[in-house]
Amino acid sequence: MVESYPIKQVIDDQGNVVDASNKDLINEELVLRAYFHMYRIRTFDKKAKSLQRQGRIGTYPPFEGQEAAQVGSALALGEDDWLFPTYRDHGAMLTFGADMTRTFLYWNGRLEGCVPPEGKHIFPAAVPIATQILHATGASWAEKRKGTKNIAIAYFGDGATSEGDFHEGLNFASVFQTPTIFFNQNNGYAISVPFERQMNSKTIAQKGVAYEMPSVRVDGNDFFAVFFEMQKAVERARSGGGPTLIEAVTWRTGAHTTADDPTKYRAEGLGQDVVDPIIRLERFMKNAGFWNEDVVTKAHLEIEEEIEAAVKAMESYPKANVEDLFNHVFAELPDQLQEQKDAYLHLLGGK
Amino acid sequence: MTTKMTDTKIATKNITLIQAINDGMKIVLERDETTLILGEDVGKNGGVFRATDGLQEVFGEDRVIDTPLSESGIIGTSIGLAVNGFKPIAEIQFMGFIYPAYDQIMTHASRIRMRTMGRYSVPMVIRAPYGAGVRAPEIHSDSAEALFTHMPGIKVVCPATPYDAKGLLIAAVEDPDPVLFMEPMHNYRSFREEVPIDYYTVEIGKGKKRMEGEDVTLITWGAMVPVVEKAANQMKQHGISCEVIDLRTLYPVDERIIAESVQKTGRAVVIHEAAKTGGLGNDIVSIINDTSFLYLKAPVERVTGFDVPVPFSSLENHYLPTVERIVKGIEKVTNF
Ligand SMILES: Cc1ncc(C[n+]2csc(CCOP(=O)(O)OP(=O)(O)O)c2C)c(N)n1
Repeated sequence: MVESYPIKQVIDDQGNVVDASNKDLINEELVLRAYFHMYRIRTFDKKAKSLQRQGRIGTYPPFEGQEAAQVGSALALGEDDWLFPTYRDHGAMLTFGADMTRTFLYWNGRLEGCVPPEGKHIFPAAVPIATQILHATGASWAEKRKGTKNIAIAYFGDGATSEGDFHEGLNFASVFQTPTIFFNQNNGYAISVPFERQMNSKTIAQKGVAYEMPSVRVDGNDFFAVFFEMQKAVERARSGGGPTLIEAVTWRTGAHTTADDPTKYRAEGLGQDVVDPIIRLERFMKNAGFWNEDVVTKAHLEIEEEIEAAVKAMESYPKANVEDLFNHVFAELPDQLQEQKDAYLHLLGGK
Repeated sequence: MTTKMTDTKIATKNITLIQAINDGMKIVLERDETTLILGEDVGKNGGVFRATDGLQEVFGEDRVIDTPLSESGIIGTSIGLAVNGFKPIAEIQFMGFIYPAYDQIMTHASRIRMRTMGRYSVPMVIRAPYGAGVRAPEIHSDSAEALFTHMPGIKVVCPATPYDAKGLLIAAVEDPDPVLFMEPMHNYRSFREEVPIDYYTVEIGKGKKRMEGEDVTLITWGAMVPVVEKAANQMKQHGISCEVIDLRTLYPVDERIIAESVQKTGRAVVIHEAAKTGGLGNDIVSIINDTSFLYLKAPVERVTGFDVPVPFSSLENHYLPTVERIVKGIEKVTNF
């Protein structure tokens, strides 16, 4: 092995600070933001799972257990940066400013769920694995060419590193020194396939060596570790230092999706020793004197209200418009497509 | 699953299409030790649809192989295994994810025999669940057969029933050339039929008449077969008798069954869920044109998906040909 990649940690499972050099960087505002967003996306995730069980949305891929990785990375981005998520990263998307009603709509089979808020650079979730890695490279390359300081982040899983697109994306980013952050969430599994079966490499971080790319391995359940390493990568990218590969080691607590049954392939009890990232943050807050019952209760209430309102808005959203089958395929519909559309609308109208 | 003896004394069991596929693979793995299964989640998990359920337990990790997540990797290495003595059955988890492997299939699997004047060949099967209508997330519902029927050097098979699925799968594995085996997700568990327990094959390249009729020929395959049968039954009540042809193999297409039927009825409607432009329906219209033009009493009609990406689940039922749209198509040719 060329280099080893120890896992960087700021707080341990018990919520104690392991790396004192970071102590000064942790302030109340940051702690409360982290807690708020992690609790918010956790509650969203729970709600989505329950809606799916009740048949109120379609198949849903939960991200429970990955909140520190998603919030820690998204909070380190700037307003004008670009975010290229997978289907499991709506936690990061929501933290970065995606609309919650639309996020629910997406999982209810609605095209509207792909549309980011005006002015926000959030790509629709990549469903074909690893494809977004190249888009992030290209979009950040564009920012570099335009002379801005904006960067792009690509989210992807451990399984994604097996696709050619992963390697092609890293190579392009390295050759053209694009301001891109390749943010891997190593959650242990790609559906049923464990990390050890996916690759014979010990880490994902080491794959950066082949592309002469700075890479780092962080404890993905440690909000602060993720956030601080992200900040360094963001700073490097903005200042012309090129891309970074980050491996956030975390754990997929639940099933791959609501259609998946992990008891088929994961021994019972596996991963039980992983301390939940929110519990870990809570422990830290209590240890370090940041826990304020009133503030926390207020945050919980606010979050629950927001989520209830978003569900309501999703369910009272106007029905899917049949015309949207055709409307946005081209800027202007070619004649034969217009004819297909007219004929179908006519058929429906004739009912 | 009950086992029963039919009149002809063939032991059968009442199973779904997905069970029939599992059964077919089990039989070829037993009969031929050079067969291998490769794919994402096919081993321990038994496939995301359970197509390979239980096979790794029987045949081991060495023959039912969980691969890294890479379609190009699965197909490219299967080509290498196939030219060197093995018969890979490669699973692509959903047809919408076959595109990363397109290069390997287009530029290698389909032409190695030709490029080496027969010295090397690629006896492999690529299994791919396809089609809309099951409320899957986006991109999971593509129906990309025409990309492969257009590709010279690969056969394309698409069963609609459990019986055909098992027989065609075994035939595909035994075929000396690459075969794309498309599985209609919608029919995986929607009905059962009696399927022989033992080995049998269904010949590649032969269609099947599903309903006998006089007035119009309806030509279709895969997930559209039950929908077309429904439309045909509905027309019966209006005094129009439809002949339903399930092509079963999309390349090479059974031209004879098409021609014979159309020459009898003089009218045809082709139904498929893929987009209209560049769709296989157009080849079928050409076959009718070439073989049966002077028998036609009306222009051939096509009822297909629209020229749009397969939509999100909230709109997929508008995209898919419905009984209503098929009936409209039939009326158009009968009222011409
Ligand atoms: C190209 C492609 N192949 C297969 C799939 C089916 N699939 C969906 S998610 C998944 C596993 C992805 O694992 P990983 O990259 O580790 O991300 P995770 O789901 O764990 O977040 C697979 C195989 C797909 N979506 N795209």
